[in-house]
Amino acid sequence: MNPALAIPAFGPLLPEILMAVGVLVLVLFGAFRGERPGYGMSIIALALLAVTFVAVLMLPSERVETMAGSFVVDGFAKFMKALTLLASAGGIILSLDYMRREGIYRFEYPILIVLSTIGMMMVISANDLIALYLGLELLSLSSYVIAAFDRDNERSTEAGLKYFVLGALSSGMLLYGASLVYGFSGSVSFPVIASVLQGNVGIGAVVGLVFVAAGIAFKISAVPFHMWTPDVYEGSPTPVTAFFAAAPKMAGMAMATRVFIDAFPGILVQWQQIIVFISIASMALGSFAAIGQRNLKRLMAYSSIGNVGYALIGLAAGTPEGIQGVVVYMAIYLAMTLGTFAVILGMRRGNVMFESIDDLSGLARTHPALAFCLAMMMFSLAGIPPLAGFFAKFYVFAAAIQANLVTLAVIGVVTSVIGAYYYLRIVKVMYFDAPVERFERMSPGVSFVLVVSSAVVLLFWLVPAPIVNAAGAAARSLF
Amino acid sequence: MLGFGILSGLLILPLVGAAFILTLRGDSEAARSNARWAALATTIATFLLSLVAWARFDVASASFQLVESHSWLTETIRFKLGVDGFSMPLVLLTTFLMPFCILASWESIENRVKEYFVAFLVLETTMIGVFCALDLVLFYLFFEAGLIPMFLIIGIWGGKRRIYASFKFFLYTLLGSVLMLLAIMAMYWAAGTTDIPTLLAFKFAPNLQIWLWLAFFASFAVKMPMWPVHTWLPDAHVEAPTAGSVILAGVLLKMGGYGFIRVSLPMFPDASLYFAPLVYALSVIAIIYTSLVALMQEDIKKLIAYSSVAHMGFVTMGLFSMNEQGIQGAMFTMISHGLISGALFLSVGVIYDRMHTREIKAYGGLVNRMPLYAVVFLILTMANVALPGTSGFIGEFLTLMGAFRSNTWVAFFAATGVILSAAYALWLYRRVVYGPLEKPALQGITDLNRREIITFAPLILLIIYYGVQPGPILDAFAAPTDALMNSVQAALATVKTAAVAAH
Repeated sequence: MNPALAIPAFGPLLPEILMAVGVLVLVLFGAFRGERPGYGMSIIALALLAVTFVAVLMLPSERVETMAGSFVVDGFAKFMKALTLLASAGGIILSLDYMRREGIYRFEYPILIVLSTIGMMMVISANDLIALYLGLELLSLSSYVIAAFDRDNERSTEAGLKYFVLGALSSGMLLYGASLVYGFSGSVSFPVIASVLQGNVGIGAVVGLVFVAAGIAFKISAVPFHMWTPDVYEGSPTPVTAFFAAAPKMAGMAMATRVFIDAFPGILVQWQQIIVFISIASMALGSFAAIGQRNLKRLMAYSSIGNVGYALIGLAAGTPEGIQGVVVYMAIYLAMTLGTFAVILGMRRGNVMFESIDDLSGLARTHPALAFCLAMMMFSLAGIPPLAGFFAKFYVFAAAIQANLVTLAVIGVVTSVIGAYYYLRIVKVMYFDAPVERFERMSPGVSFVLVVSSAVVLLFWLVPAPIVNAAGAAARSLF
Repeated sequence: MLGFGILSGLLILPLVGAAFILTLRGDSEAARSNARWAALATTIATFLLSLVAWARFDVASASFQLVESHSWLTETIRFKLGVDGFSMPLVLLTTFLMPFCILASWESIENRVKEYFVAFLVLETTMIGVFCALDLVLFYLFFEAGLIPMFLIIGIWGGKRRIYASFKFFLYTLLGSVLMLLAIMAMYWAAGTTDIPTLLAFKFAPNLQIWLWLAFFASFAVKMPMWPVHTWLPDAHVEAPTAGSVILAGVLLKMGGYGFIRVSLPMFPDASLYFAPLVYALSVIAIIYTSLVALMQEDIKKLIAYSSVAHMGFVTMGLFSMNEQGIQGAMFTMISHGLISGALFLSVGVIYDRMHTREIKAYGGLVNRMPLYAVVFLILTMANVALPGTSGFIGEFLTLMGAFRSNTWVAFFAATGVILSAAYALWLYRRVVYGPLEKPALQGITDLNRREIITFAPLILLIIYYGVQPGPILDAFAAPTDALMNSVQAALATVKTAAVAAH
């Protein structure tokens, strides 16, 4: 029998409970084991994520509310949780060798990733403002720590501190907005807020909405709350950057979708203009600011800002098709971003990691397979068919056209052409420039991530239906 | 075999060849030679398969044939392939030109040989895909996917300014195409499908047609290329390796014309009629202006590139004259230009391989050392000028006749282009081939070798054969042209009746 149905009240929470118990076991295990090197902790954490992944897949697809309506499970939550778990697993696998080689291995790393993942899953399933905030804080606090994980490195501690200060500010804004929304709607529960805030609402509720939007925009690093992103991405250890670029983005977009579609469907006109603005600003900044970057991690930070802008196009549409676009976009973005970071982690000679674009020079001669994978990732990020990134953009733009947001769509495609310039530049450096020294062999974990994500990016066009249909079902469960 | 038809085979075969080349190990001379032979065998096999498709193709029918449909994105966006009289000849042109490209790269490509042929074979798949796609999303997918291999071909194996040229090529074309993508989406929401046969019967609101037409025009005009968005072409042509130029001029430019005839004309007839004067103006400017520019070029490839833009001006003029002669002439010009410009770039490649320069000034008096080459180049120059007896003449004559029927002035100005083309082509010939052989570097130049003769012979035979016997190609166009004319006339008639009724 389906375990999710056996215990009605806690059944839908099963994945979170599994993770919470698992993380306590991990802490004990780590404490007894001490700082001895070995993959034990990471393997257990990965197993925990795998078990939770299965538990998520076994959740019911119809909407179930529990914990007095503050926690909800539906098709959308299932899909986004699955993506988040994959992203977190990617974050751990990519770190396997890196942390040890850099001499910053601590057993807390997998624990913090798992803790942060619990926060993300809470956020995805939150059905009231309190639960949302709880999940968000758990996610953020763990993130601040792992950003500064390389604690003897100035850049890493700077990243952690910056992330913390700005993150605390944004959490405060979100909380302030939440309190205003509560004050003007009389409830923290999304369905109640949705039924109260309809049509022409007072300025107070709109101000609250704006503050909530600002807090969310910070978490997904959308313009104008993106300032922390390049510094944090550049300063954090590379596997942590990969994790930041993948997992919290999944949770953040899910949170944005849940809040705007579930709690504020009655005032779509008010929040649509906010999202349209944020989306345009993110796409534009993501394309223009990335052109001057020489550091790959910084470049990926701007790229992620731009990508969030594209995903937000789907949310701006506010339709089931739009949300389907968001979900497809995030799924494909996950593969592209993890794959790209896998290549960045493969740029190593001896114990020195390289992260500048020029270090890729002539990669097609020295490492043809690696260069090919990265080139495909870049073309995919630029949205060139038949690679997966094209389909990601296809669905969000199609939704925008359907919702009559033609201007937004036109700006979107134009910025994507501008963005194509800097993605092409990486291909140019790899393929057209003279080769430099070889890099060392990739570690098995990193190659595994690269192979899987390249397969997704390259072959998505052959069998797109499964992911697209699952995303469609997930999106419809919200409406 | 899993329900895959012959058109899927045409798409898969080059990819199989590419995969095989990728499995070759090492960079020894043997591995390179294997890669060359594998690429040649693949392209010839693909050509033979396309001949089988041609044999099964019924010329008399205007409908889509050899249709196959596989489930893909959704129920209404399917992986659907099929050909009609417009696309079948273009598929044949593509598969026919590919072996020559491989042969032309036999010795001139020395580094990264395997990657080169892989890029070419992938490019072949995308080109065939564009002409076979019966779904607009699939059409767009192949239309854009071709940018990736072409970008690499220009950027890796190109000349001195290859990086500038490859970026310009990529970004220019991409900017045009993304607007087309938005238009495809708008059509999807309006008609509920992106299936081309269904859309051909669907009537879009005249207001929407204007926007859709403009969006598609942005893409096709860049690809064509039409004046004033043609500037990427000379750069791309000059920097691309010989075979890249052949494919660029021979096939990639035809995608724009094919797009007009597949999408713009039949699906947006009202808008096409509305914008016809604009297209006329741009075509005439292209014909005259780029011919004048071609006169002043110092680089042989650039001169031929500009002459391509001028010839494409005839194609757009013929298409938008919207009568039988114009459309058939435009289609014929595309096929004939594919053969002629392809062969011209190959012949430039011959002297470039020997002297490693494309400067007109560096040559002169080649006839003394290269009599065979002089003959070949003369025939191709004459074909480019559209001398009666070559295929170039049929196309230009028909498009001019079509234009004359719908707008005399357009035909008048376009005809001056014929004179100008004779001027630049003959002048080029005189400067390169005739005169005394004075340059010391040219003293040791050798005539065509056997591989080159084998390359040129079929091209020249076809150019002359179709110049004398245009029937076989024109027959293929006849049925779909009639169908197109009927549907366009019917669509325009309803508009006129509506206008009359409104008064």
